[in-house]
Amino acid sequence: MKFYLKCNEAAHVCDKTQYNEARFLDKLRLKMHLLMCKLCRNYSKRNAALTKNIKAANLKTLTATEKQQIKNRLEQQSFDK
Amino acid sequence: MEILNPEIWVDKYADYLYNYTIVRVNDPIVAQDLISETFLAGLKSKDNFKGEATERTWLISILKRKIIDHYRKINSKKGKAEVHISYKNEDSEGDWLEENAADPFDKTAEDQMENTELGLAILACLDKLPEKQATIFKLKTVANYDTEAICKEYNITPSNLWVIIHRARKTLAECLEKNWFN
Repeated sequence: MKFYLKCNEAAHVCDKTQYNEARFLDKLRLKMHLLMCKLCRNYSKRNAALTKNIKAANLKTLTATEKQQIKNRLEQQSFDK
Repeated sequence: MEILNPEIWVDKYADYLYNYTIVRVNDPIVAQDLISETFLAGLKSKDNFKGEATERTWLISILKRKIIDHYRKINSKKGKAEVHISYKNEDSEGDWLEENAADPFDKTAEDQMENTELGLAILACLDKLPEKQATIFKLKTVANYDTEAICKEYNITPSNLWVIIHRARKTLAECLEKNWFN
């Protein structure tokens, strides 16, 4: 098991961290990589900011079934006309 | 001139319209009704669409009317427009006015308004992604689906999923930096 991550691997771990799915050891490796790599530091910062913004925005989405319901309603009503 | 594409309206704009509506009517069922009515009205009057605005802007302008109509309807019922303020229960005592004043340290209306606008900006940026990317990103990030569940649904491997998420996040971050922070 190697300890140093490449940039694309670091980005992958960073993405996972945004969803709390990175393993502890990977997070440690990411921290080490970020110490050495400025580009990845930038990416990591932006990525974290994006996560924060999405949380702050409190987005809501309709589920697939709700969307299907709307579609059905549209179809029905346009047939009635 | 833009051409209307009603078949994909629901997939493409339902979430945007929903987020726009939900903060204004504060009731998921009513919001969904209003959205259906909006799409329907759009279908009926699609010949009037001149292509001066984007589809989304045009639909929002219809939706605005629908929301206003909704409030007119519920306010026209007699007595509903009155506001009654009284003690929450019999036993509570103290300064009535103080108890009913808003907490100044609570989230302000302005904060919330800004967050709503941020949400719409994010959704508008999502429009720029390929459809599949946007859907998967929304499932993962907003609806908080498990990685496995999404992989099963779309028949992809986890590493496929993370590539999609990575691309989506990169585009989104760039788009937001351009449209929101400046």
